[in-house]
Amino acid sequence: MSASVTSSEISFHPEHADNTKAIWRTFWILSFLTIVELTIGLVIYNIHKGEHPNATLVLAFKGMVCILTLAKAYYIVSVFMHLGDEVRNMIMTIIVPLCLFVWFIAAFLWDGTSWKNLKNRYNRVDVNQTEQVAPAAKEKGAKD
Amino acid sequence: MSTVAVQQGTKWWSGGKSPFNASYGKVMMWYFLMSDAFTFGAFLISYGTIRFSQNHWVDPNHVFNSFPFAGHANLPLAFVSLMTFILIASSVTMVLAVHEGHKMNRLGVEKYMLWTILGGICFLSCQAWEWTHLLTGQHEVLVNGHLELWNTTVSHNPFGPEVMFNGKEVATPGPIAFGSYFFEITGFHGFHVFSGVVINIVMYIKTRMKHFELRGHYEMIEKAGLYWHFVDLVWVFVFLCFYLI
Repeated sequence: MSASVTSSEISFHPEHADNTKAIWRTFWILSFLTIVELTIGLVIYNIHKGEHPNATLVLAFKGMVCILTLAKAYYIVSVFMHLGDEVRNMIMTIIVPLCLFVWFIAAFLWDGTSWKNLKNRYNRVDVNQTEQVAPAAKEKGAKD
Repeated sequence: MSTVAVQQGTKWWSGGKSPFNASYGKVMMWYFLMSDAFTFGAFLISYGTIRFSQNHWVDPNHVFNSFPFAGHANLPLAFVSLMTFILIASSVTMVLAVHEGHKMNRLGVEKYMLWTILGGICFLSCQAWEWTHLLTGQHEVLVNGHLELWNTTVSHNPFGPEVMFNGKEVATPGPIAFGSYFFEITGFHGFHVFSGVVINIVMYIKTRMKHFELRGHYEMIEKAGLYWHFVDLVWVFVFLCFYLI
């Protein structure tokens, strides 16, 4: 037990497994997921190259990539960072606050879309040129 | 899992034991990483908001399609996958260093820490190359009726929508936010990688000086490892947001 923190208050002692099987298995899982992501990335690239890119299909593939990324994040956090081995209470203090991201992502992307729609409806100038609108003419007569 | 079995229904909060069964330093490292996750999350969500508010966004396969020493070959995703694999590999050597630390094998820790540091330096070099390539690569852009050569910076984006000009397709200026967000977020991540490499070098020196051997445990390697894995974790999301979708 000499390999762990010496404190009477801590009964946690790291696993003394002699083999590193779990680590390498996670490495292969992460590599496999990355290769699948790259394949999907190339599929999206080829769909975009086509004459009429199918927007729904591209969106579906992008959603798949997002899910694969979350799977990778799970493996990194639970195996490499050993969060899965911690006390349940501690896991919850880390994971529960991060759930706020669900609403952050939904709300802000929603807001971005709404901004785009408003600009397209009320501002017929090209969106990229909105900052280049001529400044209001300066009144020569107004002297303060 | 703990070798000293924790009984069901243990009263964690009645005093005399650490409620999270972990040392103060490790718990605080986790909370620091959680707050850092919110910082990165805020950056990426802000990027997403701006991207969703634009009618046109840059096609990453068009921007990131080069590879060192490959000239003008069109190789989308190739270089960034190399960077991703470097970071995953260095994460594995880090976790192996932690594993050797549990076994109190000082030489093993030293060996794997060196591999991890090497991986971090390789990743930073790749990023330096990519930034240089973007900042110096010239692209033809149609600006105010004539063609100009633009590079990609925080204020120039030569990858806007294409229009017909003198019988050929040329790009117009794209959203400025692309360069700003790309350099901001990959820069902030790169700075984390850099500080992770510095922390790992300090840990390597302390291991060599037998500090942890005398202390009786290698928990500092675990804490440095948490930081290093977090950097890898963030890269997984940066990779998703900038290169894949």
